[in-house]
Amino acid sequence: MSEFFQATVILGLLTAGVRLATPFLFAGLGEMLSQRSGVLNLGVEGIMLIGAFVSFYVAFESGNLYLGLLAAVLAGGFMGLLTAFVSVTMKAVQGISGIGIHILGLGLSGLFFRLTMGSISTMRGFPRLAIPILKDIPVLGRVLFNQNWMVYAALLLVPISWAVIYKTTFGLKVRSVGENPHAADSLGISVTRVRYICVIIGSIMASIAGAFLTIGQHEAAFVNNIAAGRGFIAVALVYFAKWNPLGVLAGAFLFSMIDAFQLRIQIIDIGIPYEIPVMLPYIVTIVVLALSTRGRVLGPTALTKPFVRGVHT
Amino acid sequence: MKVRIWNRNVLVNWGVPIAAVFLALVVGAFFLGLAGANPLVAYRSMFYEALGTRYGLTETVVKAVPLLLVGLGICIAFRTGMINIGAEGQMIIGAITGTAFALSFPGLPAPLLILFSFLAGFAGGALYGFIPGILKAHLNVNEILTTVMLNSVALQLQFLLLRGLMMDPQERAYGTGYPQSASIVEAARLGRLIPRARIHSGVFIAILLAVIVFVLLWKTTIGYRMRAVGKNYDAAVYGGIRVKRYLVLSMVLAGGLAGLAGTIEVVGVHYRLLDGVSAGYGFSGIVAALFGQLHPLGTIPSAFFFGALLFGAERLQRSVGVPSAMVHVIQGLVVVFVVSSDYLTKRFLQKRVDVGFKRIRQEGVAAPEELPPQGKSNE
Repeated sequence: MSEFFQATVILGLLTAGVRLATPFLFAGLGEMLSQRSGVLNLGVEGIMLIGAFVSFYVAFESGNLYLGLLAAVLAGGFMGLLTAFVSVTMKAVQGISGIGIHILGLGLSGLFFRLTMGSISTMRGFPRLAIPILKDIPVLGRVLFNQNWMVYAALLLVPISWAVIYKTTFGLKVRSVGENPHAADSLGISVTRVRYICVIIGSIMASIAGAFLTIGQHEAAFVNNIAAGRGFIAVALVYFAKWNPLGVLAGAFLFSMIDAFQLRIQIIDIGIPYEIPVMLPYIVTIVVLALSTRGRVLGPTALTKPFVRGVHT
Repeated sequence: MKVRIWNRNVLVNWGVPIAAVFLALVVGAFFLGLAGANPLVAYRSMFYEALGTRYGLTETVVKAVPLLLVGLGICIAFRTGMINIGAEGQMIIGAITGTAFALSFPGLPAPLLILFSFLAGFAGGALYGFIPGILKAHLNVNEILTTVMLNSVALQLQFLLLRGLMMDPQERAYGTGYPQSASIVEAARLGRLIPRARIHSGVFIAILLAVIVFVLLWKTTIGYRMRAVGKNYDAAVYGGIRVKRYLVLSMVLAGGLAGLAGTIEVVGVHYRLLDGVSAGYGFSGIVAALFGQLHPLGTIPSAFFFGALLFGAERLQRSVGVPSAMVHVIQGLVVVFVVSSDYLTKRFLQKRVDVGFKRIRQEGVAAPEELPPQGKSNE
């Protein structure tokens, strides 16, 4: 009996882990694209918050979840445009401007939440969508193939990002702009355009990651600061992943399992104060970052360096 | 060499960021409008509340003190090339260690108690800055990410202590369980400057430290080396500077100053450790330092200005009924605009040089010989 119980707990943990990996995947893969082009988008957390609020609000008011998601895409695109303008055109110090975008996102989501809804409301998010046949595979079926469609989409994005970055002309341009913008520029690639596109796509994905936190949940709700640092962890993930989509997948699962684990500890009272499990993901992030930077770090060479034609930095 | 105080550089250096803040407020007006307030009325009340009343003016200074202290640390860290986003966490840890000391040794004579509380707060923050510093220097771990993560850890640690070890015994006895520590003894408190206002002598400490940080950064070898590391890391390595040491030192000092800010909030304003003691000063202090051109003395007026802005924005809720999240909106806009304006400042200042070269080219004066291609620099 207790063995059965343990199996259920572990299965539940794994299922939650796969679900919780989704925001990390969306935001992490988007951030990876942005960083590959040479732009550190540190505002992911704030953009996630905006996506979380906008999608929930629109879905709640219209009753249509897809409309909510579309709104998140638009809001994310707008924030991406702002981020790109600040870090590409205005050549701002990306570490700081990103914090500005984060505070702005925190403020805007909080402000409009108070103005429009005011109190916490809930609605049904995207339902589970069991995949026929595959769902009957023991263990794996329940863990992987009985989730909602956003989870599948996030998982599918891993091979898609890989293909885009390594197998398409666009991916080649992105990499060249991130590695050596001056060489790319001399070959007629518009560094500015490529970076704008990458930052905007990355921000849209961050916004979708935020939307998953609200309308991607069975019981959808928006609360202030719902992202709770996940956006920053997504940025850290990219470093851990060494700018590789498969690494992002591994990192997303690592952090989502920790997330699932700490949520579980908070629920079952085992006598330790809840703050300790809450601290866990952040501490693990630091440890993982410290361990993963050992040896050669192969980040995009031009990361965080604004491009000015003729000025080599 | 004689330096003119008022020249074009100064005008650009201050004019552009001021214009940026103004623009940020214009965009903020749009959101104020959306929030149902008349932007002009809101801004007028904001500045009147913050600067036009005795209470507002003193509260503005009360807010300016932690902003200045945090900002000074940011000046040191950023000048050394360390983007320290962790002032918030360092401030919390400093508030914890400073309070812990004041609560543990209530019998000490007042000057000693205050001095050692300061040292405890500084040490706590310094230790918390040391972690990202050493990780960056020796393992090349991105300091932005570690400091952001450490902010969250510090916040949870504070909750943990306030609900446990450090909770006011009275709160526990009455079963109210409000997360705050016992209040510190009279002897540990900083003097208040005028009656019926919270403005305290910490303001002198902050200004004194601004001068000290200025001297440190611009008049000592240590400061010169730190700035050299920040300006051009590879050149500093080449020049024989032990760069790792200065990276860590800059974070220790930045963390220490933020920690001191935390302690001063406790011994000057609240007289106890409570939830939210850092109140976002760790982030606003970054903005204040940037607006002050990352110059310790420039940060003094800048901290005052942002103190007023923060206080005014907080009062918006009461005066015109705008939700308090508006503070973050305005702050975020100010950061984005000020950071962006930096590029314009540089461009305005660079123009002269460019024009000079153009003249050389046009008039056929022998242009300086092309420098041989440099090796990979700063990469």
